[in-house]
Amino acid sequence: MESAEPEPSGSRPEEEEEEDEEEDEEEDGALLPPEQPAAAVRMEDCLAKKMEITVSEAEKRTGRNAMNIQETYTAYLIETRAVESQSEGQCAPVESLWRRYSEFELLRNYLSVTYPHIVVPPLPEKRADFVWHKLSADNMDPDFVERRRIGLENFLLRVASHPVLCQDKIFYSFLTQEGGWKEMVNETGFQLKADSRLKALNATFRVKNPDKRFTELKHYSDELQSVISHLLRVRARVADRLYGVYKVHGNYGRVFSEWSAIEKEMGDGLQSAGHHMDVYAASIDDILEEEEHYADQLKEYLFYAEALRAVCRKHELMQYDLEMAAQDLTSKKQQCEELATGTVRTFSLKGMTSKLFGQETPEQREAKIKVLEEQIQEGEEQLKSKNLEGRDFVKSAWADIERFKEQKNHDLKEALISYAVMQISMCKKGIQVWTNAKECFSKM
Amino acid sequence: MEAEGRAPGSPLLAGGEGPGVDSRPAAGAPGTARGPLIAAAEVLALDDEEDDLEVFSKDTSLAEVNSFTPSMPISPSSMINQYKFEDGPELRDLFITVDDPESHITAIETFITYRVVTKTSRGEFDSSEYEVRRRYQDFLWLKSKLEEAHPTLIIPPLPEKFIMKGMVERFSDEFIETRRKALHKFLNRIADHPTLTFNEDFKIFLTAQAWELSSHKKQGPGLLSRMGQTVRAVASSVRGAVKNRPGMFTEINDYMGTFSQKINLLDKIAHRIYKEERDYFNEMKEYGPIHTLWSASEEDLADSLKGIASCIDRCCKATEKRMAGLSENLLPILHEYVLYSEILMGVLKRRDQIQGELDSKVDALANRKTEKDLFSEEIGKLEDKVERANNALKADWDRWKQNMQCDMRSTFTNVAENNLRFYEECLATWESFLASQTVDLHVEEDSEDRP
Repeated sequence: MESAEPEPSGSRPEEEEEEDEEEDEEEDGALLPPEQPAAAVRMEDCLAKKMEITVSEAEKRTGRNAMNIQETYTAYLIETRAVESQSEGQCAPVESLWRRYSEFELLRNYLSVTYPHIVVPPLPEKRADFVWHKLSADNMDPDFVERRRIGLENFLLRVASHPVLCQDKIFYSFLTQEGGWKEMVNETGFQLKADSRLKALNATFRVKNPDKRFTELKHYSDELQSVISHLLRVRARVADRLYGVYKVHGNYGRVFSEWSAIEKEMGDGLQSAGHHMDVYAASIDDILEEEEHYADQLKEYLFYAEALRAVCRKHELMQYDLEMAAQDLTSKKQQCEELATGTVRTFSLKGMTSKLFGQETPEQREAKIKVLEEQIQEGEEQLKSKNLEGRDFVKSAWADIERFKEQKNHDLKEALISYAVMQISMCKKGIQVWTNAKECFSKM
Repeated sequence: MEAEGRAPGSPLLAGGEGPGVDSRPAAGAPGTARGPLIAAAEVLALDDEEDDLEVFSKDTSLAEVNSFTPSMPISPSSMINQYKFEDGPELRDLFITVDDPESHITAIETFITYRVVTKTSRGEFDSSEYEVRRRYQDFLWLKSKLEEAHPTLIIPPLPEKFIMKGMVERFSDEFIETRRKALHKFLNRIADHPTLTFNEDFKIFLTAQAWELSSHKKQGPGLLSRMGQTVRAVASSVRGAVKNRPGMFTEINDYMGTFSQKINLLDKIAHRIYKEERDYFNEMKEYGPIHTLWSASEEDLADSLKGIASCIDRCCKATEKRMAGLSENLLPILHEYVLYSEILMGVLKRRDQIQGELDSKVDALANRKTEKDLFSEEIGKLEDKVERANNALKADWDRWKQNMQCDMRSTFTNVAENNLRFYEECLATWESFLASQTVDLHVEEDSEDRP
């Protein structure tokens, strides 16, 4: 497999041929050990360009879960179709399968563990958050389900366009193999690789020499998370208030209409003005629905911040392990030296007990030294590989982080622009309605 | 929608006026209502001109007061002024302002007085300019005198004594300002009224010094006895008057029933809209700064974020203006007409009562054929009284309807204009932001999905 340098560009992938998958099959169940960063593929070779992926439907299902309890859940239809580079007028057939949210979660967990140096795209929220009064917090609510469908599709597209992740076999199977996928994932044994310490977000590890960039990045991801949450909360409140302003105007319509019944000259003006007030009041629904999509775009990056932090965390832990290993090696070397020279420079329990209960025999000491020397050698090899591992991790992680940064800047700028476009559209609608209303009023 | 006290939240412009039957030029509309003023200035001696302009420029705070031209567009309200006077384009000759609220603290009470300035060219006034101070009680007195003298004329509404429900304290600046504007309106509506404007008590109210007014007030029946009269009158009018009421007045009664209901609803709606807009404004105030905060941790995005923050802030200010417009125009006018509908019901009742007097005398005559002559003279007088009352009410009703239509038209048009200004300002803000962002990007969003 060609190991092309990962290109940190946010540009859209171009169309190219399929890359060689044989290498993957040689690996154990497509599990690429985290110690060897996966080679990235050029944007043009990403899966997203070879395959159309959509999450086209959502369906309510009932079934029995692992504990044989009846439950209701939503299943999502994933449709895929190979993109022919030269269309001969015939499209490839559409393949489809159903997946539920928990399977998406499983996929993502697998990806996070398998590619700890990658900023793995986030899933849409599990439960509705940042709701304002009109939105439902119910997971079964059709609007929520719809927005989640879009979010899941977005997730798949993000993974499929990621230079490294798109090559993953488990991911490919998720899209194409209905039965037995769960078993396949579990067979990779990725759960064993999962570092439980990564979950303990609040635990601090005293790392002496972290890469400064990662420390800064972690700080940034915290700030990003905090500011986007705050923004989303206030936006929801603003939406609520805006809704109120528009909807109250609807009352004008009714009262004007009733009033117009007793007026001769004013009647027509009142009646038609009332109609425009109804239009005004109704217009807010579409406006706010559009804004929800904007909120979802921000939410994606809110969750991305967590993924970013996970990578920083991984680095921290690796560095911590490295420092611990180095520390351990140093102390073993010291022990060895002491045993060899007979000097006790450092306090050790063994040393004390041997003083108290008698010296050991030279043979015993030799044996100990030998063991230590073996351990030291092992330790040095391990340290070397850990060092290498650490450096490779830093290098590949940083490459993905650069890619992510560009993607983030591009996406968020687009989102902000789309927000402005939405505001402009709202203003134009307002101008139209009130111009009409003004004309009606002036004829009263 | 809960009923709420009048509690406009934003600071009201001093001297700002709503459209309506007003002689005062509106602060926001430099030229429109100045037609009659200009002509009046020409009617006055030229050396008075400066005085006039000074008074008005103080309130309107306009620098270009000197640059008027007689051919300025005339507002509908001033047109109505002209329309009311049947002898051709007769113009206003009585100008009244109410301003400068002052607190007076005595051992017994604290009260506010307002300065009432009158400028006139009328012969029956000894001077052409008067300045007096009046308190709310004095206005109440004037109103009751007018009602007494003209029971079937529609006397303009006075602001209420004291708002219990609202969040406005009795002597808060807002409350005082709202009341001042309403009192100003009250006096000007009287001045515009073809009959009331010549009322003697009105003249005394405008011109008498404080002690003169007090002594004048003490003459005539006391308030309590007058109240007693009204109660008895209302009670007697319930019987009989309704069945002999001319169809026209029944129509008016029915109309007022519905109108009153609708205007009260509109008043509630308008207050609710104001409240919602204020809540929206409060949330928006927090919304913009978050983007600025965010921009501090970004590099590439910093400019876009700051741009959004500034747009939101500007829209926030525009919202504030929109709110102010509402509280300066729509809310006071709707409230005035809520009060008017009560007044009209009262006028109709009084007419019924006058008719009731006649009817009961006629009924009594039917039972006593002997003292016919005595009765017939009395009845003749009462018949005249009824006819006069009916005619007065009819004419005033027509006039009131015209004014109401005009007021509603201009007020709601103003509301629409207010909203238009708001949206146009926001539109300009966002469009200029968009322009700054899309210098090197496509304006159209990509039709493809995001990666």
